[in-house]
Amino acid sequence: MGADHAGARPRLATIWLDGCSGCHMSLLDMDERLIEVLARADLVYGALVDTKEFPEGVDVTLVEGAVSSQDDLRKIRQVRERTKVLVALGDCAVTSNVPGMRNPIGARAVLERAYLENATVNPKIPDQVVPALLAESLPVHAWVPVDVFVTGCPPSADRIFEVVSSLLEGRSAPAGQEQRFG
Amino acid sequence: MSEVRTLVIDGHDVAATADQTVLSAARENGIHIPTLCHLQGLSDIGACRLCMVELEGSPRLVASCVTRVEEGMRVTTVSERLNAYRRRVVEMFFLERNHVCAVCVANGSCELQGAARDLGLDHFELAPLHPEVAVDATHERFVLDQNRCILCSRCVRVCAEVEGAHTWDIQGRGADARLVSDLGTPWGSSTTCTSCGKCVQVCPTGALFEKGRSVAEPKARRPYLPYLVDHSRA
Ligand code: SF4
Ligand code: SF4
Ligand code: SF4
Repeated sequence: MGADHAGARPRLATIWLDGCSGCHMSLLDMDERLIEVLARADLVYGALVDTKEFPEGVDVTLVEGAVSSQDDLRKIRQVRERTKVLVALGDCAVTSNVPGMRNPIGARAVLERAYLENATVNPKIPDQVVPALLAESLPVHAWVPVDVFVTGCPPSADRIFEVVSSLLEGRSAPAGQEQRFG
Repeated sequence: MSEVRTLVIDGHDVAATADQTVLSAARENGIHIPTLCHLQGLSDIGACRLCMVELEGSPRLVASCVTRVEEGMRVTTVSERLNAYRRRVVEMFFLERNHVCAVCVANGSCELQGAARDLGLDHFELAPLHPEVAVDATHERFVLDQNRCILCSRCVRVCAEVEGAHTWDIQGRGADARLVSDLGTPWGSSTTCTSCGKCVQVCPTGALFEKGRSVAEPKARRPYLPYLVDHSRA
């Protein structure tokens, strides 16, 4: 991985779907080890990089968040096409977690609550700008194949570092000690 | 005093009395078999299927908590096949209701969450059911959240066998089965419940909890129930 073209550094990306950004915060909690990661790889896309279009030929992508909207779905399909190793990072990506709490009552009930019942001016369910919700909020692997699952809400910085550094070196991610949901 | 039986568990020679179960013989000899519905001090019913083991000469797996020891029995408690079944069982517990560990009162002390961790379960392959189920907060001190109930029936048994109140039962079958108090009436209006709290203390998950507790807060207080021998909580 990453060694396809001689001398090329592995390309790392992150993407944020329906999550609270806590997994990205945990990523930043790697502190000085971030420098170590960035010395080994190029961060080519993500919440911390000013690139608009998800690039081609990414070696490792960390996905935070569940797939909840049409926009999430379009993104994750493109990300999968352009990524070698796709990592579901955190419980929302792995199980749909908190975003999935709407599944028993349905998307319509949530939209009505937010935009009609609780609205004080202009009660209206938006049909522009805000992406349409999918009927259910589902984990990433319900839509595209996922290579590595990292549980936790959020996963610890130590665990993220362990997974990312193994994958960047072309090794498979080690089994998580004491890795659990929640 | 009942007769002694000798058997082999995971290659170890083990002696047990004829009335012992395979699970109790294994535990007495330091061999760990995972369980969820079993709690020492309550009757065993083989509901959760996590304690399944292999018996030599039998193609069928058996629940070790309801299988008596027999002379010459050869038992295997750990294998790839058993692990795969146990992972599937735990996965189905998660997917049959709505478990969101991150916002659960039992986060960090839950036996279901602990079982998933011990079995290395890091995602689910089956489709979730997402049932719309009830939360009963009518009791003055306790709450039943069906989203997290795994129907282990520990609460049913402790209430009937220890407290003698028999407030709980399980109604319906399969995925429609539900824990009910007083034949399906609100817990708060129960005429049998003594508010002793035993059910809350034995629940392995966050389905039964004390009011006023929030995420990851409750700690089981089994030592207050001395008639139960097993005070552990994952
Ligand atoms: S009951 Fe256990 S498994 Fe279910 S949500 Fe709570 S902590 Fe998670
Ligand atoms: S509080 Fe006590 S009496 Fe009431 S349901 Fe629970 S175990 Fe039974
Ligand atoms: S409420 Fe708790 S103890 Fe009772 S059946 Fe459900 S999971 Fe088991």
